[in-house]
Amino acid sequence: MSQFTEGEVPLSTTAERQAVTAQTGATPGRDWVIVTRGIKREYDMGGEIVRALRGVDIAIRRNEYVAIMGPSGSGKSTLMNLIGCLDTPSAGEYWLNGTLVSSMKDDELARIRNKEIGFVFQTFNLLPRATALHNVELPLVYAGMSAKQRRETAAEALDRVQLTSRMHHKPNELSGGQRQRVAIARALVNKPSILLADEPTGNLDSQTSQEIMKVFESLADQGQTVIMVTHEQDIAAHARRVVALHDGQVSSDTRRERFLEEHASAIVAKGGVVG
Amino acid sequence: MLFIEAIRLALNTIRAQKLKSFFTLLGVCIGVMFLIAVVSIVEGMGRYMEKDLIGKLIGVNSFELRHRPNINMGDMDPSVWEEYRRRPRLYHDDVRPVVDALPAGTRWAVVSDNTLPISSRYSGGPRNAQISAVEGDYFAIRRFVIVEGREFTPQELEMGTPVVIIGQDVVKRLFPGLSAVGRELRMGGLPYTVVGVLESQGSAIGISFDNQVFAPWQSPVHRLLNRVPQIIDAVIVQVPTASQMTEAQERVRQVMRTRHKLRPAQPDNFSVQTAESALEFWNKIKRYLVLAGIALPAIGLVVGAIVIMNIMLVAVAERTREIGIRKALGARRADILTQFLIEAATLSTVGAALGVALGIGLAKLISAVSPLPATVAPWSVAVGVALGAGVGIISGVYPASRASMLDPIAALRQE
Repeated sequence: MSQFTEGEVPLSTTAERQAVTAQTGATPGRDWVIVTRGIKREYDMGGEIVRALRGVDIAIRRNEYVAIMGPSGSGKSTLMNLIGCLDTPSAGEYWLNGTLVSSMKDDELARIRNKEIGFVFQTFNLLPRATALHNVELPLVYAGMSAKQRRETAAEALDRVQLTSRMHHKPNELSGGQRQRVAIARALVNKPSILLADEPTGNLDSQTSQEIMKVFESLADQGQTVIMVTHEQDIAAHARRVVALHDGQVSSDTRRERFLEEHASAIVAKGGVVG
Repeated sequence: MLFIEAIRLALNTIRAQKLKSFFTLLGVCIGVMFLIAVVSIVEGMGRYMEKDLIGKLIGVNSFELRHRPNINMGDMDPSVWEEYRRRPRLYHDDVRPVVDALPAGTRWAVVSDNTLPISSRYSGGPRNAQISAVEGDYFAIRRFVIVEGREFTPQELEMGTPVVIIGQDVVKRLFPGLSAVGRELRMGGLPYTVVGVLESQGSAIGISFDNQVFAPWQSPVHRLLNRVPQIIDAVIVQVPTASQMTEAQERVRQVMRTRHKLRPAQPDNFSVQTAESALEFWNKIKRYLVLAGIALPAIGLVVGAIVIMNIMLVAVAERTREIGIRKALGARRADILTQFLIEAATLSTVGAALGVALGIGLAKLISAVSPLPATVAPWSVAVGVALGAGVGIISGVYPASRASMLDPIAALRQE
């Protein structure tokens, strides 16, 4: 049950996507960083059951740069929370890096989040009273690294996003773009399997957005798996694969070229894609 | 998460919110402050009682034969008073048999005392002073040092010569600016010649030990000290070593029982008083004082604990997003729990430390402006700080567990 074909997997159509799911239906191998099988998430809102996800199958390979798109209410936030191990599905399986995480307990999930996932949030979510360096150190604190090593590692991470000079500044002394770069440094400091970004440009102006997208681009080029949740088509267009959600289900799963083709008119209208 | 990291975090929080932290700490601070102050004063009084007061009243390896104890501290039962009142007095005739029964090398003295007015031609009207008529080795047992003049001679003691040895206060009052030795003072209408002046004995709880006049027991003044001239107040005995105390006391008891014709079943109708027996009551009272000294500040600590719990609940609510961030970055429940527990403990330990400092200050202030002595006991400092930390941890448990149970998604969504 644990074998599937290595190599190029076509993902351009729903049928092909289902084929992948069928192939990865068994225990996913090392090359597949994320595999979900029929995950559902239901909320009990005062007696009324809200079906946020109605059975989602996604397989993401190492080094992919994926955007998850959808209008509000499509279930993309719920999916992101599940992928980010902040939540567990009501039904279905989720394999992260070959480990079944969908049935894990709180503390195990915390460990997985610490080791495997680097979060970048729309609102940056930096600790306001801590310096940039200390913010970047946080995941290392919970990983149990010694103070000295932590400082060095965090400083290196800030160096990679060109923020060495702003290391000892607090978030309110940094610009939006700088804050998001601190958040990216923090997300990457533990060398996670996936970089999970939730509307990373939502609070940034268009120029800064492009800057941040460039950072993501270069990370993807360096082999970092990047998953980005967004409702903006032009931002999604930076990814090499776009998974669209609609009403809690995957409505399309396209590679970048096809996505650009399909949405060219809309993107051109918004001022084009850089990079 | 690292322990030190959590403490650093807590200190940062305190520094960032100074005023709020100050009010948070106030309860614990005041509780610990009063604990330290009260315990210090009780401790100081204890030391004082043991070393100075009782030591001065009853000398080393000494006991006093009296018809009833003269150091009565505390709540005496009326029936005890009644029994004391019915006891026969000691008479000068009792002295010889008692002294004869004592082991060799023992010192003894007879004393009768009362308050009488005294006067001299160098000062205004008569003033009251403590008059003691003494016989035997009184000054040696009490270790009184004569700084001017001399002691009584055996002849003076035997003949009852009207001579006196006086304390520093008497010198100041009756012979202001004069040398007292060789001059006269009057007691009970008779003149007495000053032959010696005592070194200052200091004071205890505001009562001076220097307003004293000593005369030979046989001198006329002894008639004025008690209702019947032959009555004496005490026979003081000092044995050479502590090991002889029990035996000497027992011999004195037997002599007195025989003289008072007591049957074996009857209890003693006289008292043999030692420093320990005088301290017994103090030790009892001290227990209550220490208990009160801990119970009253405990109320402060409870209030402090409630305040800290409240503030921590507010902190958890205010920092819900921070908790969400920390959880997203990999903090486990235990990490969040520890963080808030340590924050509460650090807050209240800082408060306790402040309270210790203020408490020591308060104790010193009280002992400076009042006759109450104060000694800061190291154990009370340790207890104070430990109490502070304990209060913090206890009051931090509920808020911290609330924080640790927060759902990271909901916490992150909070504005």
